[in-house]
Amino acid sequence: MSPSIELWPPMASEYAGRVDLLIASFGALVALLSAPVFILMAFFAVRYRRGRRADRSHREDRNVWVEVSWSLIPFVLVLGFFVWSTKMFLDQRSPPENALTLTVVAKQWMWKFQHPEGAREIDELHVPAGRPVRLTMTSQDVIHSLYVPALRIKQDVLPDTYSQLWFIADRPGVYALRCAEYCGTDHSEMIGRFIVQRPEDYARWLARSGTDEGLAERGGKLFVKLGCSGCHGPASPVRAPSLAGLYGSVVPLEGGRVVRADEQYLHDSIMLPNKDVAAGYKPIMPPFGNLIGEEEVSQLVAWIKSQADAGRAQP
Amino acid sequence: MSRRTSQDAIPDTREERASYLNAGQGLGSWLLTHDHKRIALLYLISITFFFAVAGCAAALIRADLLTPEADLLSNEGYNRAFSLHGIIMVWFFLIPSIPNVFGNFLIPLMIGARDVAFPRLNLASWYIFMAGGLLTLAIVVMGGVDTGWTFYTPYSSTYSNAYVIGALAAVFISGFSSILTGLNFIVTVHKCRAPGMTWGRLPLFVWSHYATSVIFVLATPVLSITLLLVALERIFGVGIFDPALGGDPLLFQHLFWFYSHPAVYIMVLPAMGVVTELITAAAHKRVFGYWFIAGSSIAIAVIGFLVWGHHMFVAGQSPYASAVFSFLSIVVAVPSAIKVYNWTATLHKGEILLDGPFLFALAFIGLFVVGGLTGLMLAMLAIDVHVHDTYFVVAHFHYIMVGGTVSAFFGALHYWWPKITGRLHSDLWSRVSAILIFGGFNMTFFPQFLLGYEGMPRRYHVYDPSFQVLNVMSSVGASILGLGYLLPLTYLLWSLRYGKPAGPNPWGATGLEWSVASPPPKHNFETIPLVATGPYRYPLEADAPDEGEGEKEAERV
Repeated sequence: MSPSIELWPPMASEYAGRVDLLIASFGALVALLSAPVFILMAFFAVRYRRGRRADRSHREDRNVWVEVSWSLIPFVLVLGFFVWSTKMFLDQRSPPENALTLTVVAKQWMWKFQHPEGAREIDELHVPAGRPVRLTMTSQDVIHSLYVPALRIKQDVLPDTYSQLWFIADRPGVYALRCAEYCGTDHSEMIGRFIVQRPEDYARWLARSGTDEGLAERGGKLFVKLGCSGCHGPASPVRAPSLAGLYGSVVPLEGGRVVRADEQYLHDSIMLPNKDVAAGYKPIMPPFGNLIGEEEVSQLVAWIKSQADAGRAQP
Repeated sequence: MSRRTSQDAIPDTREERASYLNAGQGLGSWLLTHDHKRIALLYLISITFFFAVAGCAAALIRADLLTPEADLLSNEGYNRAFSLHGIIMVWFFLIPSIPNVFGNFLIPLMIGARDVAFPRLNLASWYIFMAGGLLTLAIVVMGGVDTGWTFYTPYSSTYSNAYVIGALAAVFISGFSSILTGLNFIVTVHKCRAPGMTWGRLPLFVWSHYATSVIFVLATPVLSITLLLVALERIFGVGIFDPALGGDPLLFQHLFWFYSHPAVYIMVLPAMGVVTELITAAAHKRVFGYWFIAGSSIAIAVIGFLVWGHHMFVAGQSPYASAVFSFLSIVVAVPSAIKVYNWTATLHKGEILLDGPFLFALAFIGLFVVGGLTGLMLAMLAIDVHVHDTYFVVAHFHYIMVGGTVSAFFGALHYWWPKITGRLHSDLWSRVSAILIFGGFNMTFFPQFLLGYEGMPRRYHVYDPSFQVLNVMSSVGASILGLGYLLPLTYLLWSLRYGKPAGPNPWGATGLEWSVASPPPKHNFETIPLVATGPYRYPLEADAPDEGEGEKEAERV
């Protein structure tokens, strides 16, 4: 980072340029709407100052048509920008199906990232250029917010909740990554580097820092180690729902509700199993909230997802 | 002794006709007073003190941000400094500032009443306010609190090691002061207006305070309950906001902003009322569009309750809810725009006196327009996702709360000072300080818009070196601003002793408060005035009796 003054933040995506265009155009509109106020106030203050001769006949103290028009015209103009900006925002909330999914765990005061191939990093996030990337994020403690100014996006990261952020970074380079939600003592030092690499460099980086074990495989090992397979395994003496084919399916719950088994449902069923009990099963699973951290949960979730199409759960 | 309503008999002893400042001497006569004017002065002194305390915290923050490293304060010390700054500025200066000082002093005078509806309750609300304020100071002495003024959970309810409970209690207590003041004003405006003072003849200052009072009464209880829930979770571990206990952290943000966004309008509506009075008085012309300005105050109070979600666009609420909140935030800008355009039109063909109060009013309008329009930018979803929780937001709300409200507060102080004290202050110096405040303010906060867009998050103690130049500019501006705030303290106090006597109406303004002596007699009006015309009948001399009687009551004091 250069110590010189920067008047415009760097851009790492095409989307960032669209945000800049939006704010520049909207800035022009509001300047247009407020200019008459500033110009006329100064003009009137000089022209009609007390003691100065000026034409003061036909003074008005009401004019409904004028008032209605200066209420409505700016409003309608601003609505045009509302449509533009809301469309951009909603697009930015729907990641494409083929996005590369990374998991993010925030904790006081660091960022932990896991790549599906197994690479893990702290306070540095490597992503391939030109490819949609989806971050599935959660926090180990308080609320944080992942902010990459060069992408012009941020998203709060909440405890026990998966939030997501997606982007296509198309300009290789090293950019800043910051926590934007006040999170305690070292909030301003919860920063990192956002590194966009050409796909071949990213593949090389993955190969260098990755392990032979992917996220799901690691989850599979945890599944055994934590004793999950004792109940959820194929030949278990305890009656517990099978996890094969679970992800994405519709689960009937005790009490008649149904829920789609998404990442959040899997997370909650591990951490707070009594929240949503599958219909026909006894609420006997112990909560794992105090035993494992969010990183382990994300590995277990990755493993359960990988079993979505498998026949029977066999780690 | 002050259970007087408009129906009471005229006070006829010489002592009771004396000015409110001379009616009774000694500390007891002030601390036990039921006189709305004396209570207003109690508030003026106490909020000036809190403004100074919070200003010192701001000075610490700006001094620390001169360098990108943590050198003056530790991380913990910095977090406590900005929390203290926010908590005291919001709850112990900005919210009570104009309503509790000028609202208290002026509403009875403006509507032709001898006091507010509940004088004892009025005094009680000052004591409650002081209890909250002193508790906050005690917390500061003990070591402070590090949650920011927003108390976001689960940080405040579970993770912070500071004196959160004490700070919550202080804000909780001060809330009752707001509720009681709001209640008092509502009843006063409904029940204590002089004969003939119809709703359409109320000065717009009164309309804006009426709207503010409605927010006081409806929004403050929500904050009180929310803070109580945080305390319950913190002390007893009841799971309300902390997901580890089965709670929902977003619920806190919904409840907090349900109060705190309307609270922004608590801060700015009274300021708008002040500016309307200042503009018409300086222009010596009837206000343009009385009903649009009065109605826009009410519209702001109502719509202001429906926009809280625009603080949560990236917090994890439904994107469709965000879209609705974005739309409503654009709607709420309309009544504010109406006011600004109407003030401009009021100046057209006026007889404008370029005095200190007018310059403060212009400063308010200029800064409020920038603050309001950048607020409109923040209401745009795609822009907010980038600048949310950055210095862009810090700059935006300081333009509204400090640029807007504090400028209007100083404008009000200069405009009604002769009425409150009976003395004239230096017009030259008041113009100098208005210009100094306007310039210093822009230099402090404009660079922060750029910092925010470049990506400097708020509440950052250690920052990227590329942000240093703008931060230094901001800190230099803050010293000029500080000087601008200190200056009035000197010449206003000087005027108490050496200022010329003001006479009842030094500005040649309309309004019942200018029809009584300066300083006003203890019970305001010897005869309750009979009001026959609307407000702002300029020019005064040519008061054409076009609506029956003359302008005001037969006898002036």
